[in-house]
Amino acid sequence: MNAAAETMFIAEPYQVAGEVVIECNVAKIFYGDFLAVRDSVVPIEKKKITGFIGPSGCGKSTVLRSLNRMNDLISVFRFEGSVMYHGQDVYAKKVDPVLVRRYIGMVFQQPNPFSMSVYDNVAFGLRLNRYKGDMDERVQKALERAALWKEVKDKLKNSGLSLSGGQQQRLCIARAIATEPDVLLMDEPCSALDPIATRQVEELMLELKERYTLALVTHNMQQATRVADTTAFFSVDISKGGRTGYLVEMGPTGQVFQSPREQLTKEYISGEFS
Amino acid sequence: MSTIDLSADTAERPLPQLSRQGLEARALKSGVLTGLTWLAAVLAAVPLISVIYMLMVQGGARLFGSGFVEVLTGLPPAGFEQGGGIGPAIVGTLAMVGVASLISIPIGILAAIYNGVLEPRSWTANTSRFLAKVLTGVPSIMAGVFVYAVLVIHWGYSAWAGGIALSVLMLRTVVLAAEEAMAQVPQRMKDAAYGMGCTRTQVIWKVVLPTGLPGILTGVLLAVAGAAGESAPLLFTALFSNYFISQLSEPTASLSILIYNFSGMPFPNQIELAWTASLVLVLMVLGFNILARLIGQPKV
Repeated sequence: MNAAAETMFIAEPYQVAGEVVIECNVAKIFYGDFLAVRDSVVPIEKKKITGFIGPSGCGKSTVLRSLNRMNDLISVFRFEGSVMYHGQDVYAKKVDPVLVRRYIGMVFQQPNPFSMSVYDNVAFGLRLNRYKGDMDERVQKALERAALWKEVKDKLKNSGLSLSGGQQQRLCIARAIATEPDVLLMDEPCSALDPIATRQVEELMLELKERYTLALVTHNMQQATRVADTTAFFSVDISKGGRTGYLVEMGPTGQVFQSPREQLTKEYISGEFS
Repeated sequence: MSTIDLSADTAERPLPQLSRQGLEARALKSGVLTGLTWLAAVLAAVPLISVIYMLMVQGGARLFGSGFVEVLTGLPPAGFEQGGGIGPAIVGTLAMVGVASLISIPIGILAAIYNGVLEPRSWTANTSRFLAKVLTGVPSIMAGVFVYAVLVIHWGYSAWAGGIALSVLMLRTVVLAAEEAMAQVPQRMKDAAYGMGCTRTQVIWKVVLPTGLPGILTGVLLAVAGAAGESAPLLFTALFSNYFISQLSEPTASLSILIYNFSGMPFPNQIELAWTASLVLVLMVLGFNILARLIGQPKV
């Protein structure tokens, strides 16, 4: 093997045409001594859906959760690089991660409504930010945007946990968008849902991108083709004993799926990955 | 039970026989063993039921008779005096359990927040948790001895001392139960709160405490019920009194000590009152336990 092939692969940077909200530049992400992700530049475009795909353990969720510093909750987590959000590095010393998360919201893999009423779930973020206006109106608007209002308008006082799985996930989306966050991160939001609920959430995502910027981790490649405007493909190199994930290719979804530049991408999307 | 003849070729086997074959050995054995477990389950309930039955028979007449107001509010009789009641003991027990609750519940819940949410794996939390568990095995009279040595020797018998001794016993229950309740709040709910931009304080205040509240209350009520029934820690901390307490710094009556004192007396009236006091105490404890169960039930 020649010397050039020995050097580590680094994806070609994706040249974005439109406006970028988050310029994520991962040099290295560690969990303790373990290098989880390396060398991945992922720009998140404004009012578009950026999909993160790749095999298990490739670091796509880790990168997504780094964007709003959710990984800070893991004590051994360490981030090297920068996440530029409106010109500020989210990882700068003076930045308060709590404030970052108020602008960059999150929807999780498992629906996780609080053990309180539907109304209180949606009003949670508004109260957190001491919203003084018409609370009822904002709650209704958020539930309408999450395509849940018709189903819950007569049971706003019921526990959020009494809803079905798909409704719970849309409740979580309503909760996240009630505060009008700039960016919404979605970490495999449909993996715990049945196909009908999945389709509802996907349709919702397409409506939400009219107002918000979305980043979506998904295991489901069809989902990426259905909703993502841009797709970032991550992979994990286990040949040298490590399990470090990295970005392989990023581009418009159509191009990544129909004419991938990298052999690895081609193999993954055609199901030939080992 | 008939077995399947595996040596025969599948096609040549007789049609499957799936219906029960009447009284065969296996069915008989199953019936006997099921009966045994049923009997054991019933036996486990016998002590409580027989205690309550006995208390009802011996002390019920006094409590549910026409003189119940005097029993619940009257002063204990002296010598051959007839009538009388256990008023001071009821008030004393409630006062000392109140003092113990005021001390142990705030400390217990704060400790549980540290041990269960803030730094669950720290050295301090591990040590604190371990010691709380060890305290569970310490005989309750030790709490009395401890408070006697530290407080009573200097300041004398008082409701304060009794309450503090009870609080030592309540603390372990409150800490362990509250920590358990808060640890059971799913991580994903906490993640959701952090994801909304909550500070750690807000996560605890708005999500962990409300979600864990039924479990915390259950633990608190069980601790209260346990403390109400304790006698050993009160023996040489609160001592006893024949009168209603006017302040917390004087010797104080309690139901459990009244039972202990009166049951040994040669007067039938006092012995009957001891039975009645036992019934009142058991009903109080039972009430707290039932309340704890009701609150602890998950709401859908």
